[in-house]
Amino acid sequence: MSGPERRAWVAQVMGLPVSVHLRGPLVRTPEVEERVARVLAELRAADAVFSTWRPESVLGRLRGAPPGPAATADPLVREVVGLCETARARTDGWFDARRLPLPLGGTGYDPSGLVKGWAVERAARHLTDLADHDLCLNAGGDVLLRTAPGRPRWRIGIEDPDRPERMLDVVERAGGAVATSGTARRGAHITDPRAGRPAEALRSVTVVGPDLLWADVYATAAVARGADAPDWLATLDGYAALLVDTAGRARATPGWPGRATVSSP
Amino acid sequence: MRRITIWLLSTVAALVLLFSYRTSTMGAGGETGAVATGNDPGGGTWSGTDGGSGPSGGDTGGGSSTGGDGGTTGGDGGTTGGGGTATGSVAQTRWGPVQVKITVSAGKITDVAAVQVPDGNRRDQEINDYAVPILRQEALAAQSAEIDSVSGATVTSDGYRESLQSAIDAAHLK
Repeated sequence: MSGPERRAWVAQVMGLPVSVHLRGPLVRTPEVEERVARVLAELRAADAVFSTWRPESVLGRLRGAPPGPAATADPLVREVVGLCETARARTDGWFDARRLPLPLGGTGYDPSGLVKGWAVERAARHLTDLADHDLCLNAGGDVLLRTAPGRPRWRIGIEDPDRPERMLDVVERAGGAVATSGTARRGAHITDPRAGRPAEALRSVTVVGPDLLWADVYATAAVARGADAPDWLATLDGYAALLVDTAGRARATPGWPGRATVSSP
Repeated sequence: MRRITIWLLSTVAALVLLFSYRTSTMGAGGETGAVATGNDPGGGTWSGTDGGSGPSGGDTGGGSSTGGDGGTTGGDGGTTGGGGTATGSVAQTRWGPVQVKITVSAGKITDVAAVQVPDGNRRDQEINDYAVPILRQEALAAQSAEIDSVSGATVTSDGYRESLQSAIDAAHLK
């Protein structure tokens, strides 16, 4: 019954609670502690560069201007700017970092919706290359998972957006990501890039798939897209989704690994 | 399915006993038993186990479980497999009737609510204010043992403190 030992670390990073859960033989060793510390330090470093809440960050200093040559001289900034362009193309423009309401006021370039998933995916490499250990990294409700061969899959509860203490569904995953975007916790903070207004047709969208960055981007784009989101999500190879609309109705795309019903066309 | 329902029912029985325990600590030794019955949406009766083996049931009356009478049935959970609601029958405590409803989704307890609690005087109000939230937290804690993490729309630090995720984290911090 008792498997390998499990240990958790929790930190406040990027304005979010980040919890790292590890299962494996070395979770009490200094080596693993040091790896966890490296993950958290890297997330803090990413925040110091990309946070649009911090006036002194690289993005904060730009005050909404798209990063020019000076900013993109930093290879990480260049990578994120490139990924934001890819995300815009992959989502038919529903994820668009270029004209968003900025936390410090005004409208402009804000890659935050992509940076979290990117930073977590990138920082997690310090733990994913740890053999014989299982990882469950939750950054503010977006979850990255790895499991060593022969270990039980992680069980991820999907929160009911209207009643966060309730679970809508539970999915079992050995690896990949579970990301949720929506209007539940922070109000309508996802912008419909076409209308320039907060998107409000969907309460939440949860996307499961191989990659946290893309699961998160697709979930955010789906909330922005609204009513057409289920059909679009169903076209994404390797990803599946659970959506909750403003009336509280849950719908899942084909391939959704939980128990919620697949929506009829 | 049967194993799951028995587990659920024994959990509920333990919870109902916990409720009895909490109420009894506020007055003089209430001897209370509680019955949890109900039907799942498939129509089968939830037959249960003796909740007296539950972790907190030791010093109260044993919970008995019967199928059929006394339990009113929800069963409105037709959209998810292994889902639905079940309402336990009314347990008479020395302060008045207590009745609990559980909501099950995907084979898990997703909510516990008291549908009937004593009212009428100040002590009863204290019981309701105190015991009902405890009952709820215990149910969610029992369930969180079965969930490793929670995915939800961006959690703020304020929201985190009261979240199921924080309970899961706390259980593994040391």
